[in-house]
Amino acid sequence: MKNKSLSIPYVVWMAFFVVAPLVLIVAYAFTARDGSVTLDNFNNMGVYFPAFYNSFALAAAATLLCILIGYPLAYFVSKESLLVRKVAMMLIMLPMWMNFLLRTYAWMSLLDDNGLINQFLRTVGVFDLVNALSGGNMTCLHMINTQGAIVLGMVYNFLPFMIMPIFSVIDKIDPRVIEAAQDLGADNAMVFRKVVFPLSLPGVLSGVTMVFIPSVSTFALSRLLGGGKTLLLGDLIEMQFLGNAYNPHLGSAIALVMMVIVLVCMAVMNRFGEGEEGVSVL
Amino acid sequence: MSRRRIPSRVFSVLVYLFLYAPIVLLIIFSFNAGRSNRIWEGFSLQWYLELFHNARLLGALRTTVVLSLIAALMSTVLGTAAAIGFYSMRRRARGVCLAVNNVPLTNADIITGVSMMLLFVFAIDLFNGSPLSAALGLRWRMGFGTLLIAHITFDAPYVILSVMPRLRGLDPNIYEAAQDLGATGWYAFRKVILPEILPGVLNGVIIAFTMSIDDFVISYFTKGSGVTTLAVEIYTMVKKPVTPEINALSTLMFTVVFLLLLVVNVRQARQEAAATRQKAALTPDGKAR
Amino acid sequence: MAAAVVCGLCLTGCGGGASSGVAAAPGSGGVVNVFNWGVYIDESVLDDFTQQTGIKVNYDTFESNESMYGVLKNDGASYDVVIPSDYMISRMIEEDMLEPLDFSNIPNFSDIDPSLQNPTYDPENLYSVPYMWGVLGVIYNTTMVKGTPDSWGLLFDQDYAGQILMFNNSRDGMGVALKYLGSSYNTTDEAEIRAATDLLIQQRPLVQSYVMDEVFEKMQSGSAAVCSYYYGDYRTMADVNPDLAFYVPREGSNLYVDAMCIPKGAENKANAEAFINFMCSTEAGLKNCEETWYSTPLLSVREQLDPELTGNPDAYPSSDFLTERCEVYQNLPQDILALYDSEWTRLMLASN
Repeated sequence: MKNKSLSIPYVVWMAFFVVAPLVLIVAYAFTARDGSVTLDNFNNMGVYFPAFYNSFALAAAATLLCILIGYPLAYFVSKESLLVRKVAMMLIMLPMWMNFLLRTYAWMSLLDDNGLINQFLRTVGVFDLVNALSGGNMTCLHMINTQGAIVLGMVYNFLPFMIMPIFSVIDKIDPRVIEAAQDLGADNAMVFRKVVFPLSLPGVLSGVTMVFIPSVSTFALSRLLGGGKTLLLGDLIEMQFLGNAYNPHLGSAIALVMMVIVLVCMAVMNRFGEGEEGVSVL
Repeated sequence: MSRRRIPSRVFSVLVYLFLYAPIVLLIIFSFNAGRSNRIWEGFSLQWYLELFHNARLLGALRTTVVLSLIAALMSTVLGTAAAIGFYSMRRRARGVCLAVNNVPLTNADIITGVSMMLLFVFAIDLFNGSPLSAALGLRWRMGFGTLLIAHITFDAPYVILSVMPRLRGLDPNIYEAAQDLGATGWYAFRKVILPEILPGVLNGVIIAFTMSIDDFVISYFTKGSGVTTLAVEIYTMVKKPVTPEINALSTLMFTVVFLLLLVVNVRQARQEAAATRQKAALTPDGKAR
Repeated sequence: MAAAVVCGLCLTGCGGGASSGVAAAPGSGGVVNVFNWGVYIDESVLDDFTQQTGIKVNYDTFESNESMYGVLKNDGASYDVVIPSDYMISRMIEEDMLEPLDFSNIPNFSDIDPSLQNPTYDPENLYSVPYMWGVLGVIYNTTMVKGTPDSWGLLFDQDYAGQILMFNNSRDGMGVALKYLGSSYNTTDEAEIRAATDLLIQQRPLVQSYVMDEVFEKMQSGSAAVCSYYYGDYRTMADVNPDLAFYVPREGSNLYVDAMCIPKGAENKANAEAFINFMCSTEAGLKNCEETWYSTPLLSVREQLDPELTGNPDAYPSSDFLTERCEVYQNLPQDILALYDSEWTRLMLASN
């Protein structure tokens, strides 16, 4: 097959719409408003340390939670019959077809002090019980406008990105490999530890990438679920472009630093596993 | 079922409960007579009626669906061609191309969005200030066009990642064999290669469409004025007083998507069942593999 | 060949944008792209305008002057009519971002209250036509707040920790603290501005969330007890939740005017002027006032409004009150604007 020329349109496309924009980000980051070359935009980067810290900490927490929830789920589902597996994966994908913001919007009213979760806890008598035990005066479980709510939003929105790759890797493990291990005397725990888990690692790695990156750069979530009290990198960048402090040069510099840190993280992580994982929905 | 499965089943059910609780909430409260998402005030269909009068929200929905469809199809054509091209490249060139292709995938959405916005602003200034703009009497600005470019850009890498593994599984000799038998390039592609990679291509269309429908961040930065996607519109709406039309819209979207997926999966299951039966009939011992 | 394909794609992109942006003579239809504050209009007015003139209205909203400024900086010609506040208008005039208006196309300007003509933010009245005005104050829930407060101090009161809403933009947010400390809104004294930020950082643990138009939902549902917002919006909220009350703090407050302007390079300038003129008509003005409860600059509208509203000193304060108690935001010098941005970021990133 000699069809190299088929890729030319896309290569040109990438040059215009993938490479050129990144070149512009770099150009903006190293210039001032008057167009002169400067490092000023990076000089004050230390001021934004809390935003970097918050973003990376919350994203790490969300990623870890996604592994803790997503891995067992993917593993359990892979043990089911073909039909159940298909339906289960379809149900994981389904919420993604409703928009990201619709899903977040629903949580805004669920987590509210007068929201359904608190109404439920109140009706069941949880607060009465707690108050009776502690002698306190608890009327609601305060959830909205906290960092916990932001992490919840991340986990909820990005969990499918963790489950899908892990599932597709575990699902592809040749059952004969497992049988062979069992024949050689390994019990279930051993099979999992020595066979399934190592083979599923590439799936975990691509899951981590697919959850961590959108989490670390998320904007709107902290506004909608965190009450605007935790400024994350995404919000900080948005603020410089379309928000309250117009300064695309500074915004580009922050974006560039974030990109470099994320790339380094990913490079380090990919040392431990193979990259280039395929994606699949059905 | 063995007893030992019970804890794992309970766990799985809880996860699905977590995934679907908010959606169920939206569905229930779409039938609420009151405006609140917290207090049930009786059954009513009024929010569905209001939704059908909400030209803005419906317009945003239409834009999103049209945009996602066009972006998915165009990125699939572009991406499939590119994947075939990459495949026939030498190792090194392919490596470089795939690395660039991976950029929109591994880059944060906000960086893709912001950087494309910078590009569009730059290009628009250039174009509108050029004699060409004056000669044609045209002024370019951000809008559906820029939105579409952005969506194709982040959709295409998924298509390529989905088609490449299929190409790798392809026997390179069959295409040449077809050509030896007199098939011209396009004909050979259509009759020999396309059927082989079709599952990957279809998978690519679906992923691209899903990504476009789900996107908020990139659209937010590249949409310009006058057009709005569903996500951006909802972002504007949820900051204002509650509008339960959103619940009605969610319910309708969920129902449509659910039915679509159901139909696709049932059809697929039927086809597979038929194929198994056929195989079973053909194998001598009468057992399906 | 391939390059041609890409160019073809690119042109569909360009064409799509351009065709919707081609200017048309008024009367023959065309469009006008309007950028206004959220929750600030009776949207049926837009349909009325289209019906009368055949001009289609693309209506988008923003939530703060600063975010509107960012959008226009990126893509200046994207809107034909914008409705910023006083201080932002003078900044945009200074930065040459506005188009002078052709007042012969806006005959209804004569209905504008003379005291709002030739304002300090646009001294020769070349660029702007007032849309609405009003007074900033404190809104609180009488079932959650004890007594009858009259100071900005309510927003800093420990008793209401977790029930206080604060502005999510630098000018208004810092303004609350500046007034409480007895400074001017327009101070250029860096120490005063830093002191205001320090106060806001102290206040941070008490704040439930930093909001703009989210206040409606939170105040109406009783999720929060105290916020600072505008009188017109208070009326809108009180319609839903009658427990709410409003006062102008004794330390003084902000008087603002939002006015319609045309950004530099707008493509549909004639349509924009037709739109501005229409918004100054009695029927449109009346509809908008009855929907938003804001104070109108249109004399004919004021005559027709419910006297309960026009006689209300919070809605239409006396000129004495305005001069004694209220201060208008003015545009600040570049270095102070930069200080606002960095101080606001300092508040947002504070770790308490």
